[in-house]
Amino acid sequence: MEKFSYVNATSLEQVTSLLSESGWGEVMLIAGGTDLLAELKEYIETPKTLVNLKTLPGMDSIEVDASGLKIGALATVADIAMHPTIQHHYTVLSQAAGSVATPQIRNVGTLGGNLCQRPRCWYYRDESTDCLKKGGDICYAVDGLSKYHAILGGDPVYIVHPSDLAPALIALGASIKIVGPAGEKTMSLEEFFTLPAANPFRENVLEPNEIVVEVSVPVPKPNTKSFYLKAREKGAPDFALSSVAGVFEMDGKTCKTASIVLGGVAPAPWRSKEAEAAVTGKMIDESVSQQAGADAVKDAEPLNDNMYKVTLTRNLVSRAAMMAAS
Amino acid sequence: MARKSHVQTTINGETVEFLCESRQSLLEVLRDELYLTGAKEGCNNGNCGACSVILDGRLVNSCLVLGVETEGKSVETIEGLADPDKLHPIQDAFLENAALQCGICTPGFIMSAKALLDSNPNPTEHEIRYWLAGNLCRCTGYDKIVKAVMDAAKETSA
Ligand SMILES: Cc1cc2nc3c(=O)[nH]c(=O)nc-3n(C[C@@H](O)[C@@H](O)[C@H](O)COP(=O)(O)OP(=O)(O)OC[C@H]3O[C@@H](n4cnc5c(N)ncnc54)[C@H](O)[C@@H]3O)c2cc1C
Ligand code: SF4
Ligand code: FES
Ligand code: FES
Repeated sequence: MEKFSYVNATSLEQVTSLLSESGWGEVMLIAGGTDLLAELKEYIETPKTLVNLKTLPGMDSIEVDASGLKIGALATVADIAMHPTIQHHYTVLSQAAGSVATPQIRNVGTLGGNLCQRPRCWYYRDESTDCLKKGGDICYAVDGLSKYHAILGGDPVYIVHPSDLAPALIALGASIKIVGPAGEKTMSLEEFFTLPAANPFRENVLEPNEIVVEVSVPVPKPNTKSFYLKAREKGAPDFALSSVAGVFEMDGKTCKTASIVLGGVAPAPWRSKEAEAAVTGKMIDESVSQQAGADAVKDAEPLNDNMYKVTLTRNLVSRAAMMAAS
Repeated sequence: MARKSHVQTTINGETVEFLCESRQSLLEVLRDELYLTGAKEGCNNGNCGACSVILDGRLVNSCLVLGVETEGKSVETIEGLADPDKLHPIQDAFLENAALQCGICTPGFIMSAKALLDSNPNPTEHEIRYWLAGNLCRCTGYDKIVKAVMDAAKETSA
């Protein structure tokens, strides 16, 4: 790691004004540090100053009221996974949080850091490789090793977004609150994430002088079933090869509305409008669920080494639909 | 910039002061500044759990926490577990069950087991496997470690 100076945050105004002193990378925010410190150790980032967000008061709370959940950006992944209300009424979110990394990392890693974490692409994480995402000319995954890369929405950068919380929160209709020098703004979490065609260098719309402060989640409709299915390479903690966050409003076996968001397969959490359309208004049976799976991947464009993700994702979506009806 | 920071923290119940650079991890501070070499460096990136310690009651990877972040906090390491003349029941259970071979993973596993038993004194085998999933062992095949934690749970909750 390069040397840096370390500043404890005291207020949002102080944080945004420190960030405004430079562009990307000179002044950086650290929350749990479970992603950032790996980047510093590998010299992917070499900030001059780190601003420690953990000293900001009151930003780690999880509040429940009649309108839904309000989760502070500094709430830990462990606290989200273990929260009784989230387990009962926002099951997809607690399952997604419980599937993140290891107990050690969930204890420290925060919601804000989970949403803003950087790609795990092995070319990106390699200090000596200047790929497209880092301002170079090409995405090495296109002709190189692409086992863990995108099958949807890739061009021109084939990372997958590593967050497990993002697909679950988007499926629940969450919105995100951001504070910058000009004040605060709120947008849907789905719009927060961007595809590389819009900006190959970043994964979301956050400006260099902005900070994520809170995520709100509306109360799910009555008779909602929700779950997070995550396929990993091994039966131990790992990032998703493919995952499905499904939120189904059911009437018996008939699906009234559905939100189906995929993780691990695209540079941003990937809402599958096709799979949603395949189940909405239908009585879910074997053939409807298979159609939903097939529709979810009909536009997939796998690279050399990740054809398996197409089959895997198709089957996960089908399984999620069957679970909604059972 | 880059002046060393003065940090005051509690380690295994005792107040400790040290100087460190902001880029030093808690693992580096423990091992290189305070000579507490029980926590091990395996991967240095959060995958192996060999560096596990308990920070303010929560299990963490000390390689992914900065030393400066422990100001005013409380750290428990493997060195604080045994009484001067008696091993901790988890340590005894690891010996009884031959739950170690090379031993490099052992301090991390024992701290993870301690964090688990502190919050859940009677875990099921499934719970033990889930809560110890942040620790890797290349030698034992895990079964003996799980068995040791089950035995230690019986001992400590009896
Ligand atoms: C071994 C390992 C396995 C993992 N497995 C998984 C997994 O299975 N699923 C998964 O989802 N993740 C996984 N992770 C990633 C893990 O780092 C995140 O889950 C964690 O939540 C990140 O949070 P943090 O607070 O530690 O982030 P930090 O490292 O503190 O920050 C990450 C990034 O976000 C920025 N940032 C942080 N907070 C804010 C904020 N409030 N506003 C604006 N920017 C901010 C930082 O500047 C930094 O760029 C894994 C990590 C490791 C090391
Ligand atoms: S997928 Fe992205 S991060 Fe990986 S090599 Fe291509 S451009 Fe770089
Ligand atoms: S050395 Fe910290 S997790 Fe491996
Ligand atoms: S005993 Fe050798 S790694 Fe676990």
